[in-house]
Amino acid sequence: MLAWQILIDGFAIGSLYALGATGFTLIFGVSGVLNLSHGAIMVAAAVAAWALAGLAGAGPWAAALGGIAIGVALATLTYFVTVRPIQRSPRVAEAEKEIFILTATLLWGIIISEAIAYLFTNNAKTVLPIVEGVVGWFGVRTPANEYFTAAVCWIAIGLLWLLVNRTRHGKALLAASMNPRGVTLLGIELSRIHLAVWLIYGVLASVAGILLGMFLGVSSYSVGPLTASAFSIVVLGGLGSVSGSLIAAYVVGYLETATAYLISPAYRTIPALLLLVVVMYLRPQGLFGRR
Amino acid sequence: MLRHPLPTLLTSACLAALLPHAALAADPIKIGVIAEAQAVAGSSIAPAAQLAADEINAKGGVNGRKIEVVVYDNHSSAAESVRAFQRAVNEDKVNAVIASYISEVVLALEPWAARLKTVMITPGAASDVITQNIAKDYEHNKYTFHGYLTSSALAGLVCDAGKDLLVDGSKMKSAVIVSEDAAWTTPLDAGYEQCLPKIGLKVLDHIRFSPDTTDFTPIFNKIEGEKPDVMITGISHVGTQPTVQWKSQQVPIAMFGISSQATNSTFWKDTNGATDGVLYQAVSGPGVAVTAKTLPFVDAFQKKYGNLPSYAGYTAYDDVYIIADAARRAGSTDSDKLVDAMEKTDYVGTIGRVAFKPKGDPNVHGLKTGNGYITGLMLQWQDGKQVNVWPKNLASGKMKFPAFIKVQ
Repeated sequence: MLAWQILIDGFAIGSLYALGATGFTLIFGVSGVLNLSHGAIMVAAAVAAWALAGLAGAGPWAAALGGIAIGVALATLTYFVTVRPIQRSPRVAEAEKEIFILTATLLWGIIISEAIAYLFTNNAKTVLPIVEGVVGWFGVRTPANEYFTAAVCWIAIGLLWLLVNRTRHGKALLAASMNPRGVTLLGIELSRIHLAVWLIYGVLASVAGILLGMFLGVSSYSVGPLTASAFSIVVLGGLGSVSGSLIAAYVVGYLETATAYLISPAYRTIPALLLLVVVMYLRPQGLFGRR
Repeated sequence: MLRHPLPTLLTSACLAALLPHAALAADPIKIGVIAEAQAVAGSSIAPAAQLAADEINAKGGVNGRKIEVVVYDNHSSAAESVRAFQRAVNEDKVNAVIASYISEVVLALEPWAARLKTVMITPGAASDVITQNIAKDYEHNKYTFHGYLTSSALAGLVCDAGKDLLVDGSKMKSAVIVSEDAAWTTPLDAGYEQCLPKIGLKVLDHIRFSPDTTDFTPIFNKIEGEKPDVMITGISHVGTQPTVQWKSQQVPIAMFGISSQATNSTFWKDTNGATDGVLYQAVSGPGVAVTAKTLPFVDAFQKKYGNLPSYAGYTAYDDVYIIADAARRAGSTDSDKLVDAMEKTDYVGTIGRVAFKPKGDPNVHGLKTGNGYITGLMLQWQDGKQVNVWPKNLASGKMKFPAFIKVQ
């Protein structure tokens, strides 16, 4: 019974982490940007969904879709406010652009998180669950929304895979991640690809944020830990490797859940961080990294 | 000012000609408010204090002096609070400070109240250590007052209500204590451990969890395995998450105790209604006329700010009146005279009759509780409303639970 519980919980959490980290790693893979406002965008989408339901009286589906719309808008804004001006600026040396963008996204994330705290207080908010009720399997009572969460995560990841591997635009995306210069030589405008990636990222991060809001609840306090967990999952899996991130997400999800159940919830995040340290020491490119 | 006394004198003379005599007298009484503008509990502190100041000023102030509230947002940080305190006293020259609902913050400010010899009262922190520090070194720490209940007092009030509602009312026999790991819960849990067995609830386990816990599934799982009749809570920094997960996982055990976030009127929306059935101790509640001043305060607050005050709003409002009352009796805002006058406070506020425990008490400058003073309430969220279920003479409804809760 305990094993089944860990299996289910770990899967739901792992799926959520996987979805969050996929978007994060996608942006890095295609445009070399480490987006440190990741957690803020996730939380903003979830808080928007909460506000639409709680303050404007929207139903769970409408609230979730509205939250995604706001999350995507915010991700696009992030690109235009923090990334694009620096990428195009002649005053920032090419070699320093990465660190400039890193700092800009970090500050942008702090601005968003403070704005959320100012407007909606720093109390945790929970998004109206789309699926109500509990499911009892093998004597374990689990909220039905947990299964729903895992299913949505995999549908989103599956759609992303189809987009990247089976469509022309997706292939251009993939090509841009392998050889940006080559893509521009083929007449594809790189900045349009970057914008497309940010839009896709916005959808993935918002869906992950809203599902997390339904499952565990989020507040402006979650911004830092969410960015950190996406970052450590991506580093663990190997920067830029989507499949590496997926596997790392489940490793972290299960490690955390097993620790919470078998040792103590207080030590939940510690073993995953220790693993990260060990991997960095023995295999700095991450579990599935290319470099 | 010293170099050019003439313009000041002239201005004063002009003002004296224009204004009635009462308003002319000296500077305003300045009260610094250091609070958490972004936290639900803390966000009511400054508005409530301002409301009280406006009311007092509308009636002519204190001995002809207006009350001026100076607000500092501490972002829930002890370090920022200390800086705000120093600025309040040294630069803004406040006469007294109302500070925070977080025990860690108040404990950080306490030595500063002593060093800068400035009266400080907290409308919402609970740790017993605040008053114990005063008892340990009275002469030094006497400037601090505890305007809210200490944790051990809170535990006692929860047990009083538990005896009537849980043991006598619902035939419950066992409990698990669940609290967040924070300064205020250490004495609270000790109080629970002591008083729960006395009222007839066997303590099966005692769980302290980190305040940044997000997934409560393992905790609820463990508790459910121990089959207690009730969970006795001590939560303040967390609230939404355990409550929502309790509902979404349908944990069949009632929650009863301290849940500070549940005192706020927005908690139903924050939790999408998951708080239905949660029982929480409070010193006040919507529609509960604890004293004749309670409901007029709530109405005025709602009219002015559009929402209902958190628990620390009630006390912050009272604290301004208590400081004003002491300044009136002392005839001065000199800190030592203010302390003497505050110690003699006997004031009926919004949460009951306020008097401070005297020198020699282990919780000196803490609020007196029990019959004739502050007794507290036990409220329950029912269908979107906060309904008072205890004590009987103030109750407006009966305890009831959502379907997933099993009560014998």
